[in-house]
Amino acid sequence: MSAITRDEVAHLARLSRLALHEDELDQLAAQLDEIISAVAKVQEVAQGDIPPTSHALPLTNVYRPDESLPGLTPDQALAGAPAVEDQRFRVPQILGEDQ
Amino acid sequence: MSATDLLRLSAAELGEKVRAGETTSVEAAGAYLDRIAEVEGDIHAYLHLDRETALAQARAVDERIAAGEDPGPLAGVPVAHKDVFTTEDMPTTAASKILADWRPPYDATVTARLRRAGTVILGKTNMDEFAMGSSTENSAFGATRNPWNPDRIPGGSSGGSSAAVAAFEAPLATGTDTGGSIRQPAAVCGLVGAKPTYGGSSRYGLIAFASSLDTPGPIARNVLDAALLHEAFSGHDPRDSTSVDAPVPPVVEAARRADVAGLRVGVVRELGGEGYQPGVQQRFQESVELLESLGAKVVEVSCPSFDAALAAYYLIAPSECSSNLARFDAMRYGLRVGDDGGRSAEEVMSLTRAEGFGPEVKRRIILGTYALSSGYYDAYYGSAQQVRTLVKRDFDAAFENVDVLVSPTTPTTAFPIGERTGDPMSMYLADLCTIPSNLAGNAALSVPCGLAPEDGLPVGLQIMAPALADDRTYRVGAAVEAALAERRGGPLLSENAYAV
Repeated sequence: MSAITRDEVAHLARLSRLALHEDELDQLAAQLDEIISAVAKVQEVAQGDIPPTSHALPLTNVYRPDESLPGLTPDQALAGAPAVEDQRFRVPQILGEDQ
Repeated sequence: MSATDLLRLSAAELGEKVRAGETTSVEAAGAYLDRIAEVEGDIHAYLHLDRETALAQARAVDERIAAGEDPGPLAGVPVAHKDVFTTEDMPTTAASKILADWRPPYDATVTARLRRAGTVILGKTNMDEFAMGSSTENSAFGATRNPWNPDRIPGGSSGGSSAAVAAFEAPLATGTDTGGSIRQPAAVCGLVGAKPTYGGSSRYGLIAFASSLDTPGPIARNVLDAALLHEAFSGHDPRDSTSVDAPVPPVVEAARRADVAGLRVGVVRELGGEGYQPGVQQRFQESVELLESLGAKVVEVSCPSFDAALAAYYLIAPSECSSNLARFDAMRYGLRVGDDGGRSAEEVMSLTRAEGFGPEVKRRIILGTYALSSGYYDAYYGSAQQVRTLVKRDFDAAFENVDVLVSPTTPTTAFPIGERTGDPMSMYLADLCTIPSNLAGNAALSVPCGLAPEDGLPVGLQIMAPALADDRTYRVGAAVEAALAERRGGPLLSENAYAV
């Protein structure tokens, strides 16, 4: 049985906001199947109550002093924007007609 | 000094001569820019080159020195900067179409510290897109070639950096190492490359791939030069919440000391044997014997969980990447495709990401999304995190009995361009020996240990040390380097086709 189906890949692509072509889905399904079968090895080793490690070092939240520091000017912040209007990022429609 | 003489100097020597007034930063930058113009057509190490910007930096350094300032040992030394670090005065693309024309509004901490140290950024180097790959073939802007053999890969993801240094297009380069992306390209190009302890060098302004693993580090022609660059840009950064608030380990002192007498060295049993190229195994074995002859005490060490480290990495890194790359949404910066007034933001986002990301990046985003999705999370991402614990425990246990661990840096020498692009799993195997140190966050360095007899290509020796003991990797690396140079009658790098 394959580890992942083409339909699952299409679903994951939608979740990932990737408008993939049909041939990309076919190719990815085959490759991901092989990769997932290989990385499933972790399940053989990681059994029992071994605690997970998310990070190499023990992390604590770090705060800086509450002081105002120079930031980007509006022009700098908008310099790389695909579209700008009235000192704002201009974006495509984000809500439907009746929302 | 002639231009060739300038190119032949180590970074340490060049810095000394600039400070002593025997040459200038402008002269050094000019020599390297001319060299780049000569060979870049063959190598394609750089994505962005701007002679005037580089020379302006060089003039500014000469003025600082003339005004009595001492920026440090690398003042006036040119550096090739990986195109994953933001630079205010040059584009930053991470070798992706989605950032093709992006000019960042700020400098990365590593960039700012390169400037503070008086180095001159010659240009930005090619890489695998978003640092995902082991060959630099995943660049959206064309592959880089290995100066030892232009039909071979220069390693990756920092392959532009390694090729630039090996072809004498720069004396030093920056890299980033998430699963081996500094050590592997250094190894296959006959260079020194170090992955500092995680958190030892700042990620601020480094375009994120896998945040719990990404580590900036140096690539150089010799161990001392790598140490000088390491020291110049490392150290605590309040802008990176994972930055370690501790002094930079004494890597320069260690590189100068270069002695291993009495040091306990562990050979990792799991990182060798089947699947390793015979010439790699042979050169590795010889370097172990060399270390013994220099007075090190060598023992074999077993780290059984390393067998599952590659699998864990290829779940953890894609998971983090799928989350990190969500920021490329076509709204605030970078590429935007299909915004015709009729399409929704979500449709524009999906079209842009499909157009802007290359195949490997898409593969990893999908894989990571899968590993993190409900129903699969425990089986994949959760299990991978448990393996990470086991890898850390294996290192901890090993370092109770030895000072450093050694292995080959890569299972094979540089493979032919195109050989593995159709087979992602075979490409991933290039990171087999380097990944454990990323998962555990400890220090590791690759130093050349000879040429494989069967193909004449460089082999790297990997030295791993506990977190914050980076200096040990430099100490051992420098000892191996010195002994090998004595045996060969000169540095290994001088034997490559693009050596000057």
